[in-house]
Amino acid sequence: MKRVVYREWRIAPGRYWSILGILAAVIAVAALAFGYMEHQGHWVTGMNNSVVWGTPHVFAVFLIISSSGALNIASIGSAFGKPIYKPLGRLSGLLAVALLMGGLLVLVTDLGRPERLIVAMTHYNFRSIFAWNIFLYTGFMGIVIAYLWTMADRQGEPFNRPVSILALVWRLALTTGTGSIFGFIVARQAYDAAILGPMFVAMSFAYGLAVFILVLMFSFADDDRPIGPKMLRRLKNLLALFVSIVLYFTLVYHLTNLYVAENNALEYWLLLGGGIYTFLFWIGWVLIGGLLPLGILYHPELGQDRRWIAGACAMVIVGGLATLYVVIIASQAFPIQMFPGSTILESGFLDGVNGQAAPYWPTIPEVLLGLGGVAVGLLITAVGVRVLQFLPESLADDLLPADEEQPTAPTAQPKPV
Amino acid sequence: MKDKTDRGGPQVDSSRRKFIGVAAGVSAAMVAPGVILHSVSAAPRSEPVTSAVRWGLLVDTAKCADGCSACVDACNQENGLNLQDKPEGLSEPKWDSQKALWIRKIKLQDNQTGRITNLPMMCQHCEHPPCVDVCPTGASFKRADGIVMVDRHTCIGCRYCMIACPYKARSFIHHDTNDQLTRAPRGKGCVESCNLCVHRRDTGEDSTACVDACAAEGHHAIVFGDLKDPESRISQQLRDMPSRQVREDLALNTGVRYSGV
Repeated sequence: MKRVVYREWRIAPGRYWSILGILAAVIAVAALAFGYMEHQGHWVTGMNNSVVWGTPHVFAVFLIISSSGALNIASIGSAFGKPIYKPLGRLSGLLAVALLMGGLLVLVTDLGRPERLIVAMTHYNFRSIFAWNIFLYTGFMGIVIAYLWTMADRQGEPFNRPVSILALVWRLALTTGTGSIFGFIVARQAYDAAILGPMFVAMSFAYGLAVFILVLMFSFADDDRPIGPKMLRRLKNLLALFVSIVLYFTLVYHLTNLYVAENNALEYWLLLGGGIYTFLFWIGWVLIGGLLPLGILYHPELGQDRRWIAGACAMVIVGGLATLYVVIIASQAFPIQMFPGSTILESGFLDGVNGQAAPYWPTIPEVLLGLGGVAVGLLITAVGVRVLQFLPESLADDLLPADEEQPTAPTAQPKPV
Repeated sequence: MKDKTDRGGPQVDSSRRKFIGVAAGVSAAMVAPGVILHSVSAAPRSEPVTSAVRWGLLVDTAKCADGCSACVDACNQENGLNLQDKPEGLSEPKWDSQKALWIRKIKLQDNQTGRITNLPMMCQHCEHPPCVDVCPTGASFKRADGIVMVDRHTCIGCRYCMIACPYKARSFIHHDTNDQLTRAPRGKGCVESCNLCVHRRDTGEDSTACVDACAAEGHHAIVFGDLKDPESRISQQLRDMPSRQVREDLALNTGVRYSGV
């Protein structure tokens, strides 16, 4: 096995600074949007007393679950013992920290009282899964930084395996916890489902890998570093597998709901009569986020073409945002069933009169805030790969490590991820 | 060194001592009644809330009149909700979806029988409130006497309680608050909901604004009282008439009960 050489990202300074400048500008605009919403109050957003979590949460949750998904590549390399993925481990860890940072920033800047963040760190209610998540998120960040150290420093190398296993278990807990923020909610029938935990894990696999592949392809292409067809084939096949797992969970979730009479109205609304939500479900979640990328990635010719693979990754990301829009917002827009078997004729508080969904339409500041989170994640990544040795010099086929660990080394059973 | 028994020296001026003594006595006589009266009037406020009582409501939907909004108006008045100002440039429908409301009227029709029911809906003051479970900071809490409310000093405005409430009982303050009442403080970016007129508990009043208003209209559709006292009117009525909890399946043991739903 040849030694993997890592090098800082050495693109031309002019180009590098323009990339940073663009990202910083997006972040600055997001900061203005935050200031505007914070100063005015949430009335300038589309959110209301019925749909209380809006577009910022879609971006925040997308970034948070993508973060844990981005770590998968490192886990496959060290926890599951596939040396071929090891050259990608450092970028995988960096991206995980960066995306999480972006997601959390969006989450806290959307609080009604963001200046009271310190309260959230000094007052805990341990029955709240939100409180658990505060520890899961900060712990994840700490563990991944330690994980990066074991990957990059010779002194840390002996701890690589145990830390990688801890990171793997932790990220599974984190994403299950994020899904359970919704899964534990008995009040709203679209949420109240344990399957949301594992479904979020599957979504994190797909979205995190899609982001990872795009960042990898972009950074390598810009610095004229080669990615061999073997590595690309592995990554795109993995992405296709993850996308199909998301579709599988989607199918089970809806079949279960369709079977149960109490959820028929919800399913009818979401799958047929929900307007924008129905559109986003079929076109965004199922088609753009699922079937189209699957078709591309498994296509004998398109699946070999780098541009098509990059396109499929972009589709998974766009579809992922649509998916979370449906999961988070449609589930709130559908009226709470307080009186099953009855129709609400009049209400002073938008209780779903004649089954009508609650209003919500995203406003520009919300979208800008969300994009700011994405830019924060990318900015941290761009700075990281520039100043530290995160990226391998080459992923050409003949320079890749072995697929499997050597028999002498203690090996874990190769598991499908 | 002088002997301790040496009493020599200048004569003590006893008139000054007398003056100080009289002054102290007069001051005490003037201040004491105030102190005593103050502590007497503060007694209900300084006593800790006890779990010997559990406050609740019983709504008799048969008596709840179609088109009447006395309870809603009274609540708005009592808790300063009528003082909310629509931000400039905000449309009416959007304001309706964003302004805070603690109690609202719902009119519903049974799909099978066509029977129409009117009822007021508000925080149900659950024994096991989901809003309290999910609140990350513990700002959403239940008092020993069963009242569920928000500590607006520790609410960070995450709105998770609003996601978790099966009764859609909570409101988020989306806008600046200019005018408000001492008994019902309100702050932008925090969540609030019906607290059974908690300020009235402090002064020992045995009702809520909505109950009084409903009675004043002659409907008497809402009864307030102690669910733990078997002799209270609410307990007696709950014994006499069939009643149920909204979303009984969730087993939250609500403090607000409905008859005729």
